[in-house]
Amino acid sequence: MPAHCLEACVIVLGLILLLLEAFLPKPPRRLLALTAIAGLGAVLVALFFVDRSPESSASLGAYYVVDPPALFFKGFALLATLLVLVMSLDYASVIRSYLQTSEDEPDAGLGEFFCLPLFTCAGLMWMASARDLVAIFVSLELVTISFYVLVAYMRRNIGSLEAGVKYLILGALSTGFFVYGVAWIYGLTGQTDLLRIAEALRPAETAAVASSTALVFALGLLLSGLGFKIAAVPFQIWVPDVYQGAPTPVTAYLSVASKAAGFIVTLRVLEPFLQSPIAHQTILVLLVLAAASIVFGNLCAIPQNNIKRLLAYSSIAHAGFLLLAVASVRSNAGESGGITAGAAVSFYLAAYLLMTLLVFLVVTLVRSRTGGEDLAAFDGLGKRSPFLAFAMLVGMISLAGVPLTAGFLGKFYVFLLALEARYYTLIVIAALGAAAGFYYYFKILRSVYWERATDESPISIPLPTRWAITAIIAAIFILGVYPQPVLSIFE
Amino acid sequence: MSILDFIILLPLAAALAIGAGLPARRTALAAAGLNLLLGLIALARFGNHDPSSGPAFAASRTVSRNPEIAWAVGLDGMSLVLLLLTVLVTFAALWQAGTPKDNVRLFYISLLLISAGSLGAFLTTDLFFLYAFHELALIPTFLLIGIFGKGDRRAAAWKITIYLAAGSLVLLAGLLLLVLALVQDGALTFDLAALAERAAAQPIGDSSQSLIYLLLLIGFGTLVALFPLHSWAAPAYAAAPTPAVMLHAGVLKKFGLYGLLRLSPLLPAGAERWLTLLLVLLLGNILFVGLVTLTQKRLDSMLAHSSVMHMGYIFLGIAAFQADHTLGAAGAVLLMFAHGLSIALLFALAGRLEEKLGSLDMTKLGGLAKITPRFAFLFGLAAFASIGLPGFANFTGEILVFLGGFQSLEPGAPLGGLQIATILAVWGVVISAVYMLRAYRAIFLGELTESNVTASLTDLTLSQKLPAGLLVAGLLVTGIYPWFLQRFLEF
Repeated sequence: MPAHCLEACVIVLGLILLLLEAFLPKPPRRLLALTAIAGLGAVLVALFFVDRSPESSASLGAYYVVDPPALFFKGFALLATLLVLVMSLDYASVIRSYLQTSEDEPDAGLGEFFCLPLFTCAGLMWMASARDLVAIFVSLELVTISFYVLVAYMRRNIGSLEAGVKYLILGALSTGFFVYGVAWIYGLTGQTDLLRIAEALRPAETAAVASSTALVFALGLLLSGLGFKIAAVPFQIWVPDVYQGAPTPVTAYLSVASKAAGFIVTLRVLEPFLQSPIAHQTILVLLVLAAASIVFGNLCAIPQNNIKRLLAYSSIAHAGFLLLAVASVRSNAGESGGITAGAAVSFYLAAYLLMTLLVFLVVTLVRSRTGGEDLAAFDGLGKRSPFLAFAMLVGMISLAGVPLTAGFLGKFYVFLLALEARYYTLIVIAALGAAAGFYYYFKILRSVYWERATDESPISIPLPTRWAITAIIAAIFILGVYPQPVLSIFE
Repeated sequence: MSILDFIILLPLAAALAIGAGLPARRTALAAAGLNLLLGLIALARFGNHDPSSGPAFAASRTVSRNPEIAWAVGLDGMSLVLLLLTVLVTFAALWQAGTPKDNVRLFYISLLLISAGSLGAFLTTDLFFLYAFHELALIPTFLLIGIFGKGDRRAAAWKITIYLAAGSLVLLAGLLLLVLALVQDGALTFDLAALAERAAAQPIGDSSQSLIYLLLLIGFGTLVALFPLHSWAAPAYAAAPTPAVMLHAGVLKKFGLYGLLRLSPLLPAGAERWLTLLLVLLLGNILFVGLVTLTQKRLDSMLAHSSVMHMGYIFLGIAAFQADHTLGAAGAVLLMFAHGLSIALLFALAGRLEEKLGSLDMTKLGGLAKITPRFAFLFGLAAFASIGLPGFANFTGEILVFLGGFQSLEPGAPLGGLQIATILAVWGVVISAVYMLRAYRAIFLGELTESNVTASLTDLTLSQKLPAGLLVAGLLVTGIYPWFLQRFLEF
């Protein structure tokens, strides 16, 4: 089976579920979500059996490339979507309360919430394989447009609406930047296939093709568009409000999938630039973005009291660390056999996926049981549910970067790369950022374990969530001790 | 799998089992008892091992190819002594641990994790895991002090966490620079033996050695409470629950000393460059903190300060070792063992006292020897050991350290910095004699004061004597027959 069938399967599954939801007289919406979860699980299994040879998709050209990193990110997208759907099941009660529902059908309007992530997922999967700027753009939009709907889904909630508007306006703007950048590149090189663009930008030929000022301009446009997706400073303004306002599963999805998508594209799009005469400027821009993101994200996270806002700022900080790895890309190509920047970024993203979704699974449950998203809602969680508290502990120490967790190895590789590249100033900034991270992540643990809850009733955990949390915790520790399976994909 | 793998994994498995529902205290004690047994087996079988063939019981499993990281264990003389220390103190601490009002599981899981972290750090032969295991023990310390501590526990827990996290980051920077400085053909390795080989074949440049050693000294120094980075230790130890402080002050804190002993041979020029600084700082530990200890009015706070003070002697042994005086290294390791046992014993007894009396204010106590003669006798033994009276392991360690300071001094040659520091350090013994004996007099001798005669005050029962007896036995055996351990310590 060629790999592109997987995307087709996910799309078809999404369409069927949407049609069922629209035309069945009383659609069993919980069942729809479970079907979606099962379907994604099946596609995830099928991913391991697809035809891996590049020829299998040769007819699609640069629009669809099959290589190990692409397959890895397809798995990434499937897993993220699956976990987000599990989360959405727990969150359904909250969404229901913000939808206008008739008495006889309390679940009306919930169905689409379970179906839309499937389209995002298909977009992400395709993006992992796209090597042509047009394909990248279309798949990126497929992801973003389904997010527009999801973010504003709770239409009786003013916060969700505000988040939706902000995301829509800034998202559209960044898309504009990205397309404009693509147009400039096309104008300079006459190509949209990234491989051919790389050829056209080789130092010897560039002089004939383009002035470097125009190239820098195009790069700036592309990075502005992508900076929005990965939530890097100075394109981060939307992040706190949208993260706080959006339904929690969507926030989780946004922080994982949107960021991963952004970085996959960034890695691919920057490759030609890093071998061009403007490589130096490219790296400089990346380093400035990285430093700004690390400083801004970490400093702003410190005083936050709303957990989603705190995680929003922390996600900006993580984007900074990832950008630092991306910036180390050229210096280590070839001369040392160490880990490549692509592998480091991918590993970091995998770790980030696990720990972020773990934390959001807990946040979702706590929100739907206590009604709060402030730190105070987590007071005494250690007593109310030792299991959830432990999950929170693992998520936080992994985000903070305590060794033997996947999160530590992610940061570890970034530091290693940056040291190899001799970005000493950045390393000092990143180390200070990591130290600040310890402060605010442990602040959450403080309320989980040290504070007393006003309401000490235990919190019940639905079975799928319990499984998901257990699996993620195990994965965080296994990857934290044994990273080679993931690294092998990129060797 | 080697026996060492079992020793590391056993406490982890026990922690997992407790989390899954097994009875907390019994499971933890069983694991600690089994580990004590395994430690003694390792000791018995270590004698047959030929030291020239590398570490005993070595086993290795690659977890990352490049940078080369392996889950590797191995035992040499130094790690054998620390292994014995860890299993002895773990067993005593867990036996001593009572049952807190709630969160019993978390309490025992945290204790087991500290033990596992120390064991892993001492037994691994891979620099990555050396660092990682120690860091892992940070989290249970945070929880134990914050939840189960006494007095100003939250401030103390917060301080120790931030301090140690920051120290660890500095340490990590030093370790990464060390590994990068020893890159060979583009291959990075974290294997300690390979690193030592590379450093011997092609020493690192002087200026990088100097920087790396300074980072390591600050990093490890923070973890060991080297003056002036010691201010986290006393409040944390005074606030921590008894078994936690036994494990932390007795075992975990030795990690920094162990790491410095292991790595300083790789950086001879750096060690030489900073020798004077190290000597000044360690005198700060011995003399300055020693004088501060004299002023303490509460027993737990006095013990906490004395523990910080005694680190100075071990640093002195390391300093002597760095000046090529091998007796100093043997003395440092023996002193780590001795100090670990004696401080654990003292804290255990202090904890028992506080449990019965509810106060450790020495100005309000007195005459307890009349009611609890056996307790007073044990406390006296521990106090004498801590002062360094002959017959106890501490004496052996200190005398070796002092001899190490003069080992290769030619007759008639002028005194160097090391010798002057040694002469000054000897006066520290007088300081410890003063505060220990004063404390003994204040608590056990003189008239019984009204406030402390309570019905609950009884002498130790057999079960309470067992852990103390175990620790005293270790101190006496090593004190009377030091060759029993010293024969393994060839540098």
